[in-house]
Amino acid sequence: MPDMFRDSPAEAEAAEVRFRGQADRAYQWYTLWFVVFVVVLGVAEQMGLHRDWIGFMFLFATVAVYGGIGILCRTTDPVEYYVAGRRVPAIYNGMATGADWMSAASFLGLAGTLYLTGYNGLAFILGWSGGFCLVALFLAPYLRKFGQFTIPDFLGERYGGDWPRLLGIGATLLCSFTYVVAQIYGVGLITSRLLGVAFELGIFLGLGGILVCSFLGGMRAVTWTQVAQYIVLIAAYLIPVVWLSVKQTGVPVPQAVYGYQLEKIADKEIDLMIDTREITVRLAYEEHASALEKKLADPVRALAAERAALEARVQALRAEAAPQKEQVAAEKALAKLPREPAAAVAMWQESLDEARLKALPLNGMPRSDEQFAGNPDGTPAEQALFDLSRRNFLALVFCLMVGTAALPHVLTRYYTTPNVKQARESVTWSLAFIVLLYFTAPALAVLVKYEVFNVLVGTSFDALPAWMDAWHKVDPKLLSITDVNRDGVLQLNEMSIGGDIIVLATAEIAGLPYVVSGLVAAGGLAAALSTADGLLLTIANSLSHDLYYKMIDPNANTARRVTLSKMVLLVVALAAAYVAAQKPADILFLVSAAFSFAAAAFFPALTLGIFWKRTTGLAASLGMLSGLGITFYYMVTTQPWLRSVFGISSPVELWWGIEPISAGVFGVPVGFVVMIVVSLITPPPPPKVQELVEYVRYPRALRR
Amino acid sequence: MSTQPTPSQRHYWRKSLAITGWLMLVWFVVTFGVAFFARELSFRFFGWPFSYWVAAQGALVVYVLIVGVYAFLMNRLDEAHSLDEDA
Repeated sequence: MPDMFRDSPAEAEAAEVRFRGQADRAYQWYTLWFVVFVVVLGVAEQMGLHRDWIGFMFLFATVAVYGGIGILCRTTDPVEYYVAGRRVPAIYNGMATGADWMSAASFLGLAGTLYLTGYNGLAFILGWSGGFCLVALFLAPYLRKFGQFTIPDFLGERYGGDWPRLLGIGATLLCSFTYVVAQIYGVGLITSRLLGVAFELGIFLGLGGILVCSFLGGMRAVTWTQVAQYIVLIAAYLIPVVWLSVKQTGVPVPQAVYGYQLEKIADKEIDLMIDTREITVRLAYEEHASALEKKLADPVRALAAERAALEARVQALRAEAAPQKEQVAAEKALAKLPREPAAAVAMWQESLDEARLKALPLNGMPRSDEQFAGNPDGTPAEQALFDLSRRNFLALVFCLMVGTAALPHVLTRYYTTPNVKQARESVTWSLAFIVLLYFTAPALAVLVKYEVFNVLVGTSFDALPAWMDAWHKVDPKLLSITDVNRDGVLQLNEMSIGGDIIVLATAEIAGLPYVVSGLVAAGGLAAALSTADGLLLTIANSLSHDLYYKMIDPNANTARRVTLSKMVLLVVALAAAYVAAQKPADILFLVSAAFSFAAAAFFPALTLGIFWKRTTGLAASLGMLSGLGITFYYMVTTQPWLRSVFGISSPVELWWGIEPISAGVFGVPVGFVVMIVVSLITPPPPPKVQELVEYVRYPRALRR
Repeated sequence: MSTQPTPSQRHYWRKSLAITGWLMLVWFVVTFGVAFFARELSFRFFGWPFSYWVAAQGALVVYVLIVGVYAFLMNRLDEAHSLDEDA
C-alpha cells in the first residue's frame, strides 16, 4: 500500500502544501490566460472576425490545452495511472469530480428539462446533488481507507471469490458504456456545430481530444484536465445567465432574483391560458388531431385517398402551368407520402401525439410553479393523477440519488485523495462546485421562459430574431414555428422548442455577441469530454485491472498492466464512438437507466459490505444479481424502446404506476432484502474479511 | 491481529454511526418530506413557492452543509480517538 512508503508526517505535509501551492499558481495563470483569450476573441469579433473562425479557435484552443495537460502528465506508473498518485488536494479533487460528474446531460439538457417541465424537472437537481450526501456518509471515506484502484476491487476483496468481482465488472461496463456513448454523441453534436463538419467527423475529432488525455496519463492526466475543464464549463454556464439577469432585472445574481421572474411568468401563464389567439391555435390543432384520428381508423383507404388527392393536385398544377415553386412543393409532398400503410400509421401516430400535445394550454407544458400534475382536492381522477405524479417524482429522486452514490466513475475519484480526512473534505468541495451549476440551471430556465413569453410571443412573424431561423435550419426538431391561425403574430403554441438548445441558444436569446455562444459551446464540450474521460478510464481499468490482472494473470508486471489498460481504453473508445455514430434511439433514456442499474447493482453491496460485517459473499452475489435482474426485467417489459428491441408484445404492466426510468426503486430494496436474508442463513464471513471491515472503518490503526 | 476492536474503537464506531444517522434524518426530511408536502408548502418565499425554492436551492444548501458538517465532526472524532492519520 503506497501510504506505507510515505515519508515522515511532517515531510509529507510539507510536500502536500508545496504541491498545492504549485497547483494554485498553475490554475491561476490558466484562468487568467483563458479570460485574456476570450476577451481578445471578443475584440476580434467586433473588428470583423468571422463566426466560423471564432468557433474553430474555441475548439482548437481548449482541446489543445486539455491535450497539453495530458502530455505533461503522461505516466506508466500504476499508482499515478490508476489513482493520480493519491495526492490530489481535496479542493482540486472536488473540481475534478464536478467536471467528471457534470456531463452533457447536466450542462445542455438540465435547463431544457426545467424549461419544459417546471417543478417536476427539479427531481434531477435534487437527485443529482442529494446523492452526494450518500457518497460522503456511506462510501467515500471508507473506500479511500480501503485504498485500492477500482470498485470491483472492493467487492472482490470484501466478498471473496470471483463472482462478486465479476458481477461488479459486468455492472460497471453496463452503466459506464451507455453513459459514455451519450457523452461522445454530445461531443459529436457540439463539434459538428462549432466547425460545421459532418456529425461523424465531429465525433472522431472529439475522440482525439478525449484520448490524448486519458491514453497518455490515465487518472493523473484526467484529473488535472478535469480541473481545467471545470473552470471553462462553469464560466460558460454562468456568463449568459448573469447577462440575461442584468437585462431583465438589473441584478447580476440570477440565482437570488429569479423567484420574482417566476412569479411573473406564472401570472403570464394564466393570461396565456385564456388568451383568445392562443385558443384559436389550440382549436386548429384539435381539428388536425381529429382528422389524423380518422385517418388512423382506416389507414389503407386513407393512404390511397391521400395519394390520389396529391397526384390530382400535381396534375392540376402542371395543367394550369402554376408557378414552379408550387409544383415542386406538391411533388415533394407526394414523394414524402409513405408507400406502406404501416409506415403511414407510424407517421400519423407521431403527428397525432404532437397535435394532441399542442392542443393543450401552454404548449403542453405544466405551469411553471405548480408541483406535480392533477389536483389533490379535485375530482377522483385528478386526485389519482396527483398521487401518481408525486409518487413518480419521489421515485425518480430516490433512483437518481442512490444511482449517484453508485456510479463507479464517481466513486473511484475518492481513491485519489491523500487520506481519509481529505476524502471527506473532497466530497464537500465536489458538491459545492456541482451545486454552483445546479443553482443556476433553474434560474436559466425561468429567465429564458420570461424572455420567450414577453419578447417572442406576440411578435409579428417577420420581426422574429435571426437566431430562430438559424436553429430551425440546424434541425427543425430543435426549433420550428408555423403561423397556425394565420394572424401574422407568434403565439406560444405555434412554436416548438427542443430542450437541448435552451442552453446553447441562451447567449443568442440574450442578444450577446457570438463569442459568448462559442464560449457556451466550449463549455458543453468540456462537460462532455471530462465525463467521457472519466468513464473510459473506469471501463478500461475494470477490464485490465480487475478482469485481466486480478482474475486471469495475477503475475503480470506493472508496466504490462498499464500498457494493457491503455490498449483496452483505445478499443473501448473506438467502440463507443462507433455506437454513437449510429445515433442510437432514446439515448437520454439509456443515460437515466444507467442510474437505476448502478443503484441496484452497487449500492446495497457496497454499503452493507462496510456497515454490516455479517454480509457474506454468496449473499452479495445473489443480491446484486436479483437487484439488477428485477430492474432489468421491469425496464424491458415497460419501456417502449426496450420492448421493441427485445420483441416483447405483452401488455405493459406498471407496478404502482412507476415509470420505467425509476426501475431502481424496486431493484435496490430487493437487493438489500436478498443480501440480508441470505447472509443470515449462510455462515459468517472468514476472520480475514471481518478484519478488512474493521480496517476500513478506522482512518488509522489496525494496519494489515 | 485479532478481529476484536478495542473499546475506544467501539466507541468511535458508535459515535460515527450516530453522526451518520442524524445527518441522514435531516437529508430525508429535506428531500422527501418537503417534496411529499410540496403542494401544501406553496406559500410565496421571495417570489418562489416555498417547496419550489427548497427543491431548487434550499435542499442543495442543506446537502452541502450535511456533507461539510459530517467532514468536520468526523475529523474531530478521529482526533479525539487518536485515529487521525497524521498522529
